[in-house]
Amino acid sequence: MSDYIFYPGCAMESNAKAYYDSLMEIAQPLGINLQEIDDWNCCGATEYVGINLIPAYSLIARNLALAAKTGQKTVLSPCSACYLNLAKADYYMAERPALGEKVNEALAAGNLQYTPGSLDIRHLLDVLINDIGLDTLKAKVVRPLKGLRVAPYTGCMVPRPDYNKRWSDPEHPTELIDVLKAIGAEVVAFPGGATCCGGHMTQIGPDTAYELIRRLISSAEKSKADIMVTVCPMCQLNVDAYQGETNSHYGTDYEMPIVFFSQLVGLALGFPPEKLGFGSEITSTEKALSRIGMDIPEAAITEGKQRQQEGLPMPLCMRKTAKTPECKRPCAEEAKA
Amino acid sequence: MSKTPVEHVHARLDHDEDLSLLHEVSMKTAGVSRLEMCIQCGSCGGSCPSEMDMDHTPRTLFAMLRAGMREEVLLSNTPWICVSCYHCVVRCPQNVHITDVMYSLKSMAIQEKKYRDSSAPDFSETFVEMVEKYGRSYEFGLATRHYLKHSPLRMIRTAAMGLGMLKKGRLNMKPTTIKGMEQLTAILNKAKEMELAHE
Ligand code: SF4
Ligand code: SF4
Repeated sequence: MSDYIFYPGCAMESNAKAYYDSLMEIAQPLGINLQEIDDWNCCGATEYVGINLIPAYSLIARNLALAAKTGQKTVLSPCSACYLNLAKADYYMAERPALGEKVNEALAAGNLQYTPGSLDIRHLLDVLINDIGLDTLKAKVVRPLKGLRVAPYTGCMVPRPDYNKRWSDPEHPTELIDVLKAIGAEVVAFPGGATCCGGHMTQIGPDTAYELIRRLISSAEKSKADIMVTVCPMCQLNVDAYQGETNSHYGTDYEMPIVFFSQLVGLALGFPPEKLGFGSEITSTEKALSRIGMDIPEAAITEGKQRQQEGLPMPLCMRKTAKTPECKRPCAEEAKA
Repeated sequence: MSKTPVEHVHARLDHDEDLSLLHEVSMKTAGVSRLEMCIQCGSCGGSCPSEMDMDHTPRTLFAMLRAGMREEVLLSNTPWICVSCYHCVVRCPQNVHITDVMYSLKSMAIQEKKYRDSSAPDFSETFVEMVEKYGRSYEFGLATRHYLKHSPLRMIRTAAMGLGMLKKGRLNMKPTTIKGMEQLTAILNKAKEMELAHE
């Protein structure tokens, strides 16, 4: 067992519960021992630092100070944005001593202190590849995901800016591809693998975000992927939950599911889908899972049915051409007629 | 004594240039921004996935900083459209911390209330308000307040999705508050008294 200080981050308790649940299942068999930082706080995402620098870095540094207190050295973060915030704060406080001093002055007001460079900040994917290792992972696979065509979506904030040189390549990282191959999935060529999901632009500048989401999904479709796989709660949320809005914006009818890599690892290790958070997606994984002979949990399907009976507004499909047979959305042209 | 980046820049000029704005932004940026080292190559704009929605490419914006165009720079939508993807950062031949410079420009624009569209600054401020209150982010409160104020129509459109998220247990109606709120508040209050301006 390897010990890690665990920083879950806010999303793991809300929109990315599937990530949390699946990580909790696979950690034990893979020998990852997680000790959650007691009373950790939000990392500030990409918002606080755009308002006020010293408070933003002090917010992050409270977590670093609490983590360092445990006496362990390695912090594990599964969220890409949290990982980057923690890693960048640690790096910049050392690179710019004036920042480190001011942040420590603020921390002192809460009886805390942090010496930059005293922790290793690592992402879950890095730990899985470089500490646990692909051989251990392969040895634990009882149900290879043969026949499942997967688009590996690493996103931005894990391989970039990578000040500590932990990743294989800033724009064409191979780590996620290697993990997916190790669990027997068929990895498709996915040129958008390290591009952006739009981050918080889904909320503040949706047109910018829709375009980035569209590029990702259409690239995955062109690669004939059954499913996209991510290492980041923000990426999952944008591609999954905002896929409907993106479709209505462009008049497309994409149905590209996206799950966390820990969920697929969990399936390969033999855990049932219901223990791994399957069924919590907005864009259904039913078709993708059926390719490896699995069903999504019963509860999730009934929930979906209930939702339809209530007749919640469905976005209209704006595409003027003939509807494809798979398209389930009501058509704008028919509605007018 | 070694020269500061600005002195280096001056040393190569045959006329006086007012680099105070460039220097101010550089100093306000986390880490060593290296903004003074920009050679105007344009790799950043060429790598940027959301450049089509920006008033100015990062390169143009940095040229404007050098020219001291304070008003125009702070009113540019560029920092607000930046999605923090770091493509530019890994391609910049001068290792300028471009994304972090964008954060500095946002904070300066907020401080001086210089923006054309208040939606993005408001979003950041509401996000931070929630974090300062609870110690954790609170999506439900953030989304409802933000949409109500800025795009009630979009709220209607996203209601179905929000309900789906709620049903699937992915949206918490109630915020979580950390135990050490008093400690966190003391830290943040102290931090707010300080600025990373000159050294
Ligand atoms: S890539 Fe770097 S050096 Fe080139 S214009 Fe952009 S900031 Fe300047
Ligand atoms: S970090 Fe911002 S400026 Fe740089 S490429 Fe990405 S969106 Fe463009």
